[in-house]
Amino acid sequence: MATTVKKMLFILSKATIENVYAAFIMANGARMEGIESEIFFTFFGLEAIQKKKLEHLKVATVGNPAMHIPTMLGGLPGMEAFATKMMKKEMEKLDMPPVGEFLEILSDSGAKLWACKLAVEMFHLKEEDLIDDIDGILTIGDFYNRANKEDCHLLFI
Amino acid sequence: METTIAGYKINTTEDGYLTDFSQWTKEIGEGLAKEQGIEMTDKHWEVVEFLQGKHKEDTALSIRGIKKSGVIDIKSFYALFPGGPLKKSTLIAGIPKPKSCI
Repeated sequence: MATTVKKMLFILSKATIENVYAAFIMANGARMEGIESEIFFTFFGLEAIQKKKLEHLKVATVGNPAMHIPTMLGGLPGMEAFATKMMKKEMEKLDMPPVGEFLEILSDSGAKLWACKLAVEMFHLKEEDLIDDIDGILTIGDFYNRANKEDCHLLFI
Repeated sequence: METTIAGYKINTTEDGYLTDFSQWTKEIGEGLAKEQGIEMTDKHWEVVEFLQGKHKEDTALSIRGIKKSGVIDIKSFYALFPGGPLKKSTLIAGIPKPKSCI
């Protein structure tokens, strides 16, 4: 059946594992359905495409009511690392790739990966800090131009 | 649903996936591919055989599995089966539509 969604643009602004994976899974899922997809990494979302940081993303244990632990406990040393380890274990069981491999899959699948120019400047990042698979550094105007297509949807994560 | 592909009567789901793999033959695979606008080559068949093997082993199919297959890389996979590669290749292979989200 022909789909009416032709293109999905994701804006990833956060670096917590659950948000990064939400963007990756949906962007990959779009490609698997024959839908074009692109991700615009901005603000903390940029951590997901920084060579040195992408394998060290964490689950938020503070200010996250879905953790079902008191906020005070969530702030204890080691809590974040523990929760992250548990989540990664569950992900591996479901054959979900680690961040670096997922980015490779996305790029090979034809998903476009963009870094936000303003955020790159704000965090004083250089091109060599970012993964090689990135398609470029864009202004928000450039990014909107990429949305200039019928049946294109934008999603802010 | 009963349909005719390449002169053979086959039973499929509403999406066009064979409900009984024992009905599958290479001619039917070729016919299903044609309906998807795909002309089968040796590489296509190699991928189809890989998928059928995985199905026999009861291994869930995913794009990561394709990456690790050693049969084909993801870029070529998308090029061989454009517009939803895993969906189309499994349909041609006569095996069920993958249920995985990845």
